[in-house]
Amino acid sequence: MNTPILQMRGITKTFPGVKALQDVTLDVNRGEVHAICGENGAGKSTLMKVLSGVYPHSSFDGEILFENEPGNFSSITDSEKRGIVIIHQELALSPYLSIAENIYLGNEQAKNGWVDWRKTNLEAAKLLARVGLSENPVTPVQHISVGKQQLVEIAKALSKEVKLLILDEPTAALNDEDSGHLLDLILHLKGQGVTSIIISHKLNEIRKVADAVTIIRDGKTIETLRLDEGQITQERIIRGMVGRDLESLYPDRDPKIGEEVLRIQDWSVRHPQDHTRMVVSNASLNVRKGEVVGLAGLMGAGRTELAMSVFGRTYGTATSGKVLKHGKEINTSTVSDAIGHGIAYATEDRKLYGLNLIEDIKRNVSLAALRKLVKNGWVDKNEETVVANGYRKSMNIKAPSVAAITGKLSGGNQQKVVLSKWMFSDPDVLILDEPTRGIDVGAKYEIYTIIAKLAAEGKAVIVISSELPELLGICDRIYTLSAGLVTGEVPIAQASQENLMHLMTKEKE
Amino acid sequence: MSALRESLGFLTSRLRQVGIFVALILIVLLFQGLTGGILLEPQNVTNLVVQNSYILILAIGMVMVIIAGHIDLSVGSVAGFIGAVAGVMIVHWGWPWWAAIPACLLVGALVGAWQGYWIAYVGIPAFIVTLAGMLIFRGLTLITLKNQQITPFPAELRALGGGFLPDISGGTSALEWLTVILGVGATVALLIQALKERRIRKKFDLESEPLMWFVIKTAFTAFLMLIITFLLASYRGTPIVLIVLAGLVIVYTALMNNSVFGRHTYAIGGNLHAAELSGVKTKAVTFRLFVNMGVLAALAGLVFTARLNSAQPAGGTGFELDSIAAAFIGGAAVTGGIGTVAGAMIGGLIMGVLNNGMSILGLGTDYQQLIKGLVLLLAVGFDIFNKNRSGGGSSLGKRFKLKTTPPATEPAAPANERPLTVAAGSGQGRPERNS
Repeated sequence: MNTPILQMRGITKTFPGVKALQDVTLDVNRGEVHAICGENGAGKSTLMKVLSGVYPHSSFDGEILFENEPGNFSSITDSEKRGIVIIHQELALSPYLSIAENIYLGNEQAKNGWVDWRKTNLEAAKLLARVGLSENPVTPVQHISVGKQQLVEIAKALSKEVKLLILDEPTAALNDEDSGHLLDLILHLKGQGVTSIIISHKLNEIRKVADAVTIIRDGKTIETLRLDEGQITQERIIRGMVGRDLESLYPDRDPKIGEEVLRIQDWSVRHPQDHTRMVVSNASLNVRKGEVVGLAGLMGAGRTELAMSVFGRTYGTATSGKVLKHGKEINTSTVSDAIGHGIAYATEDRKLYGLNLIEDIKRNVSLAALRKLVKNGWVDKNEETVVANGYRKSMNIKAPSVAAITGKLSGGNQQKVVLSKWMFSDPDVLILDEPTRGIDVGAKYEIYTIIAKLAAEGKAVIVISSELPELLGICDRIYTLSAGLVTGEVPIAQASQENLMHLMTKEKE
Repeated sequence: MSALRESLGFLTSRLRQVGIFVALILIVLLFQGLTGGILLEPQNVTNLVVQNSYILILAIGMVMVIIAGHIDLSVGSVAGFIGAVAGVMIVHWGWPWWAAIPACLLVGALVGAWQGYWIAYVGIPAFIVTLAGMLIFRGLTLITLKNQQITPFPAELRALGGGFLPDISGGTSALEWLTVILGVGATVALLIQALKERRIRKKFDLESEPLMWFVIKTAFTAFLMLIITFLLASYRGTPIVLIVLAGLVIVYTALMNNSVFGRHTYAIGGNLHAAELSGVKTKAVTFRLFVNMGVLAALAGLVFTARLNSAQPAGGTGFELDSIAAAFIGGAAVTGGIGTVAGAMIGGLIMGVLNNGMSILGLGTDYQQLIKGLVLLLAVGFDIFNKNRSGGGSSLGKRFKLKTTPPATEPAAPANERPLTVAAGSGQGRPERNS
């Protein structure tokens, strides 16, 4: 019964400066559903990219045996030929093409170079029946819901005679009903002999479908739990996911917490495209003077969405809720209103949303509060240089001068430029979204020190982070979000990785 | 020796800016040789300035629009339309020139507001809106003129296109002394400004320009200005339109470098999302850019009409292409965020010298277009090539790099949550935003 279909041995993948995977082992048996669990950034997606040939065979160490033969894939086409198909979290469908065209995209049912539409649509209809999707194959993909699009992706995989189906967070963008349907389909395909690997954070889903769970943490395999040995329990998975030691990577703080500065009350946000989906529902939280408050949650929990929605409605549609500052309701419906009320938001993706990478440090630093530098109608460039130089020294931005182009700085120094920009706008509340993402350990410590300093200066700081140890290291209080709901508020003294993870994976009652 | 090496290093790091300047000089020298010295004869230099003035005026507005990441294809039609409006106001209705000029600029502003509204607030890409504008305003030109030219214009208006500052020596001197005074004055002002800026950069430790290059560059620019002054002064003096143009260049350079509006324009073009999330009112800035473009297009239309002394149905045809080419040859980035008014002026002069030189040589418009097209392609191609080489991030360059070393940011949790909804298309629209 338990014949292995896939064996990955000693997989080590190094990026410049970072070991993303270290001696990872993965054994998947034929005909099972195998879940891979781990925190954001643990290396799950990297492992799947190694398996599917996105990272070619020569770029990593270790061996892959697929159906007892070496799987030395040099591209995704290679792995697909052997029957390994990966479905990414962001669906790779062309919205204007029909379902059938999407299914056979790159694999057109053609005769002598001309597409055989009859065959395309007939075969597509058969595949749709297999995945239980009752849609006309000629319907454009943009006219069906995300859940159904996910099924089209699976039908596409089936058209390639898939033996091993890899699903990367397949339900992250789906509502409960569609998620349920998708999980049923995975079990149904298992009955037809398709082996699946599913990457997921959602423990109830894992319990529902998985025959085995492999836990990855910090790029290493922790253990593989098997259902038939009774090992798959929530406790054990959580322990595996978070069970690393807290190192003393955080500066000491002596928090002096004052009165409440900002309160968000009953805040609800709808998804910008799919208005039936609530991304955040009735979230309430507050932050006080001199306090560092953490927002913990897994992918799709709605942390960034909540923050951006409050900060000038830059995400989704806010349906209800109030923002109060010092107890008085304020209007934050545009970014400049939010900034005007002393709120700053440093985005999680500095390169896309945080910096003008072709511009120099001083102009990035001054952008959010340029009007402070205006004298007699003109920007005082000398003052600007003085200001930027001040931050370069106080934030320890490593650059030859403030005229250096930000695109050429390292991640840590770019983040310091972003923080300088917001500090110059002199906010009362700073929302920092993943402030240490993609930054090396040394620079992380500097960022934590800056956060501690800001709090000591009496700012109210909200930190959104996927790294629990980080939140435990720097926060005074932590809120947990799960599926758009605030599921807990934990003072730091009572917080541990385990109880936070419990709250972060808590399901709707 | 080390100073020399330092200078060379600096020059290669600024190959683009230096290159375009050198290119202009080489082209001038080339045509000076080919035309047997006609190119730099006083009368021809004067012509060169006057003939290109309206393209240069348009290029100022165009480079600003391009810096913000947009484009304006309608400026030629708008210039033609304003010429027609001026014809109707002055010739048919008998308005005095001092009333007609502000009225025409106002019409230009309204035209810009119309286009800016669709681009900034409705969110239609500027390419489409101004392509439509190109047709709309050409149509309106024909309607306004009833398909016939309007002529003649009063001398006061014609002075805007072909007039000169008065000769203070009363025609007794070989040189126009007013022009000499202005030229020398401007050169001295330029030198003082350059020294002042360098001193400030030194003070804040921002100076990266080697002294040798600074001296060569500044001395050479001053030398060029004096030569042009001498050439203009030995013909009929300073064209009025040159004074207008110089004023615009000074004001707009300051505006782009030192005003909140100018800074926001660069910020929008450099990274629209980052600008929006930093509180820049991106829609308002875009709207104003197009209003400004409309006013400058109106001014260009007036100058052109004044020079021809007639408003013509085909007036302004092709101006958009010359001004866009000027901006790009002058170093503006196709993707926005980069460009200068001064660069666009040099780009415009390169196009102008090419036009003028080839006309003197008797080359037909067929060859002129061919050569101008190639120059534009080479200039932007050189830019992209240069960027790739320095690892600046074209898709091609990235692909090459990816094969050897994947980017270091990869292993950190991939940015899966990317919920930002700001901006699609021309970038100003946030369709889901609640009202």
